[in-house]
Amino acid sequence: MIAQTPILIVVIPLLSAFLCPLIGLWRKEGCYFWTVFSLSLHCLASVNTLFTVIESGTINYYLGNWSPPWGIEVVVDHLGAFVVVIVSFMSLFAAIYAKRTVEQELPGKTIHFYTVFLLLVTGLSGIVVTGDVFNLYVFLEVSALAGYALIAVGEDRAPVASFRYVVMGTIGACFYLIGVGYLYIVTGSLNMADLRTLLPELYANRVVQTAFVFILIGSGIKIALFPLHTWQPDAYTYAPSAVSVIISTAMAKTSIYALIRIIFSVFTLDFVTNFAPIFDIICWISAIAMIFGSIYAIKQSNLKRMLAYSSVANVGYIMLGVGLCTSTTLGLTPVLMHILNHAVMKGCMFMVACAFIHKAGLRDINDFVGLGRKMPFASFAFILAALAMIGMPPSVGFITKWYLILAALDAGQYIFVAVIFISTLLMIVYFWRVIEIMYIRVEEREGSEITATVDEMPMSMLTPALTLAFLCFAIGIVWLSGAPSPILDAVNSGFGLGGVLP
Amino acid sequence: MFDFIVDHYNYWTYIGLMIIGFYAMMTKRNLIKKIIGMNIFQSAIIFFFISSSVKRGGVSVPILEDAHGHAAHGMEHGAHAVDVMQYANPLPHVLMLTAIVVMVATLGVALAVAIMIYRKYHTLEEDEIITAMGGRD
Repeated sequence: MIAQTPILIVVIPLLSAFLCPLIGLWRKEGCYFWTVFSLSLHCLASVNTLFTVIESGTINYYLGNWSPPWGIEVVVDHLGAFVVVIVSFMSLFAAIYAKRTVEQELPGKTIHFYTVFLLLVTGLSGIVVTGDVFNLYVFLEVSALAGYALIAVGEDRAPVASFRYVVMGTIGACFYLIGVGYLYIVTGSLNMADLRTLLPELYANRVVQTAFVFILIGSGIKIALFPLHTWQPDAYTYAPSAVSVIISTAMAKTSIYALIRIIFSVFTLDFVTNFAPIFDIICWISAIAMIFGSIYAIKQSNLKRMLAYSSVANVGYIMLGVGLCTSTTLGLTPVLMHILNHAVMKGCMFMVACAFIHKAGLRDINDFVGLGRKMPFASFAFILAALAMIGMPPSVGFITKWYLILAALDAGQYIFVAVIFISTLLMIVYFWRVIEIMYIRVEEREGSEITATVDEMPMSMLTPALTLAFLCFAIGIVWLSGAPSPILDAVNSGFGLGGVLP
Repeated sequence: MFDFIVDHYNYWTYIGLMIIGFYAMMTKRNLIKKIIGMNIFQSAIIFFFISSSVKRGGVSVPILEDAHGHAAHGMEHGAHAVDVMQYANPLPHVLMLTAIVVMVATLGVALAVAIMIYRKYHTLEEDEIITAMGGRD
């Protein structure tokens, strides 16, 4: 059983998704408990995988015992294990959180919701563990299709937001598929490890270079990298609460993982650095994303929309780390850190933002007057996450910024240090505005005080939100303690980064 | 130059179809036309994969005569090496079976979302939807 855990990561949510409607026929409430149960198993499987990987290195699992490159291979290395743990825990938190919001937002559709939700988790886990580029495309589409459906059932403009996402997401996936096709034509292989050994002779080949550009742009759409982010704010804003939580955390992170996997595992640094100044371009695009995302976030009055634009800025942070990775000894360290950190912080914030909608029907930040008293724990969780986002030590946001600044200084790119500072200042502006209205502006506008019936959010929503808020600081201390450094070092050395520069 | 175009006519067809689909997705204001464009775009990629696996002259489907029992095991050690030039490559076809399934699922979801939009705004024209939503933001 233990030997099969890499594939169980995909199989558990997939089978549970098919069993979910059957359980729904028997007991409607059973779906929720079934989802939480199977995602708990999923967490166990992924944690087990992570420890196995740390102990004994990369796991190669051959599906049907067909050896690669003929069969499909499941590969979990340090990076994959790290991301799959994030995916499974964030989906578990989102599922626990979902109970009340789904009952309220989608009455009569709870069975469908949990089924599609589990399919989404299947797709996301599949992206992370697969070792085959075509398989990655299939999982990308499984998760995207589940995502389209889940976003479409949201409130207000959700169908339009979902349609835009369908169009953009399909273009992204198709570009990726074209890239895979080009790679297959020149190499005759789809296995990542095999491609890695076959490609070096063909690095000067224009087909390979075109394939790389197609895959880069396709993944750029999927991760909502500025200026390909246009589908993202609407999708995050109008999606149902639990869906906002999972797509802003797990889904965004797996797409970034897919891009990192393609750049470093399939094409390798050798190709990317010699082909074009891709990393410089990524750096500059990310810098623009960090500034523009924050400016747009300040402009928004809808809290969820503000968080969505903040996510655009934070994708910029992650990609800046990717862009700087070759010119610093830190390698991908800041990237891995922010993938986890941002998932925790944004997950907490979306949970609280959706709780405001759930309990008080409040979307506009200007209506939040007095909310700090009505929903003290929710507001407290939001403040913790906001402080972490701004970068108060020893929170996770501080760790990210600290290491990114170290990386930028190490690379001698002082301009990006300035960009990080400016975007932090902008972050303070838009998060402080929310905190100020929630807590400080109580006495000024008595007339607009929210109704007395608003009270704290239920336990099923409060527990995951407060846990994540607590983790915002706990994980920061864990990063500082240096405990995860075996993972970070293994990822960097696996990709030839950090000290072992080519 | 002319020979180059003629020799690779399958790729030119694929590029042409892809651009038609892409154009429709980007510029058409009607959601159904966008979906049609999306479908053309995806079909173009399927043509591209399939045409890449074509071989001419005495090529057959890859069904091996003595590929059962012991012979099949022997093949792994190169005892019965297959002459690849005699067989069409089956892998792109199989990949495209999967891609077609994905494509149909995408089409289904896109149409379902279009129906949801129609029920909500009673139109499928993008500018009318934006007016009905109260402008874009």
